[in-house]
Amino acid sequence: MLNDLLHIGLTHFVVLSIALAGAGVATMLTKRNAIGILIGVELILNAASLNLVAFNHYQWRATPVTLAAKSEMLPGDKLIESPAAKPVTTPAKPARKAKPAAPEPVRVLRPAIDGQMFALFIVVLAAAEAAVALSVILNFYNRYGSIDVERADALHG
Amino acid sequence: VTSRQPFDRPTDGGVSSTVFRDTKLQDRQQTTATQESGLFQIAQQASADALGPVTPALFFCGAALVVVSAWAIVFSSSIVRMSFFLLLTLGSIAGLFFFLEAELLGAIQLIVYVGGTLILIVFGVMLTGKPPHTRTAIRRSEVVLGSLIALVLTGGLIVAWLRLTLPVAVDAANQGNPVAAAGRAMLSTYLAPFEIVGVLLLVVMVGAAHIARRKTQ
Repeated sequence: MLNDLLHIGLTHFVVLSIALAGAGVATMLTKRNAIGILIGVELILNAASLNLVAFNHYQWRATPVTLAAKSEMLPGDKLIESPAAKPVTTPAKPARKAKPAAPEPVRVLRPAIDGQMFALFIVVLAAAEAAVALSVILNFYNRYGSIDVERADALHG
Repeated sequence: VTSRQPFDRPTDGGVSSTVFRDTKLQDRQQTTATQESGLFQIAQQASADALGPVTPALFFCGAALVVVSAWAIVFSSSIVRMSFFLLLTLGSIAGLFFFLEAELLGAIQLIVYVGGTLILIVFGVMLTGKPPHTRTAIRRSEVVLGSLIALVLTGGLIVAWLRLTLPVAVDAANQGNPVAAAGRAMLSTYLAPFEIVGVLLLVVMVGAAHIARRKTQ
């Protein structure tokens, strides 16, 4: 039990981001201050990106990729050297044209970074969202003298 | 020999083309092969032994800071305190990104989120917070309803996680250089989102400046 708790895995991060998302939703729902609601949105976005990075780290560490030649390998790639990885080659035909030895396709495990990329885009979108939201809030404040969202009822029927 | 070749060639050609075309199937087979080879367990062991007892301590410090400061945001009524606790939350999430070997993302979280978005929020607080409007108290019924909805959502997430079955993870030898990999991904796999985000940032910059400008009669 304690060993499971101390062996940090995906579950730890998922539980953490559930707590974070819960705090974000609670913040959004219990604040009447527009900036407070914005802070709640930021918490939820951070919970999502933490989840993405944790899944990338613990669950989807690498993608198998087929490369045309061994020279296309990038740093961090790991060659898969099981016999099943090698593509089936056609039997030796009567050589009409003596070709120079063609580069053999190789299979490598490439470290996956997709979760981190999504989190990166989340950071950028959150910055953009905060900029627009704050300019709207500023405009609202200039008009009504308050940032209480209850007062934004001009479109209320 | 001559009579056998016409029979052999189409069969083999068919097999090799199937192997090359159905890469997804091949990937799946490869995944199982990797799992069976036991490399996964070895790498798991290696990463667990890398830092010894320091690793869980680091994680639990960061996680405790995240949870405590996030829930402090919920329970604080002053907007300035809320932004300070947001600073703590975002900073410790950046620490957890470093923990997850996402160094580039941790640095970007610190630079863009803590250094940019949070400063923006503090500016918003400064520009809008006059003393009578800083605290906007909410009704008791709204607190109960909001907490209830948050609890239901949290419970739903927990149930979803408990019901989720995950495939066994694939392993890589090392994660490589995340900066180089991210740069490569941005200019190949994620080229379209990268460009769209660039245009979006331009639009946001112009739009925010336009919306926020003081109207002069």
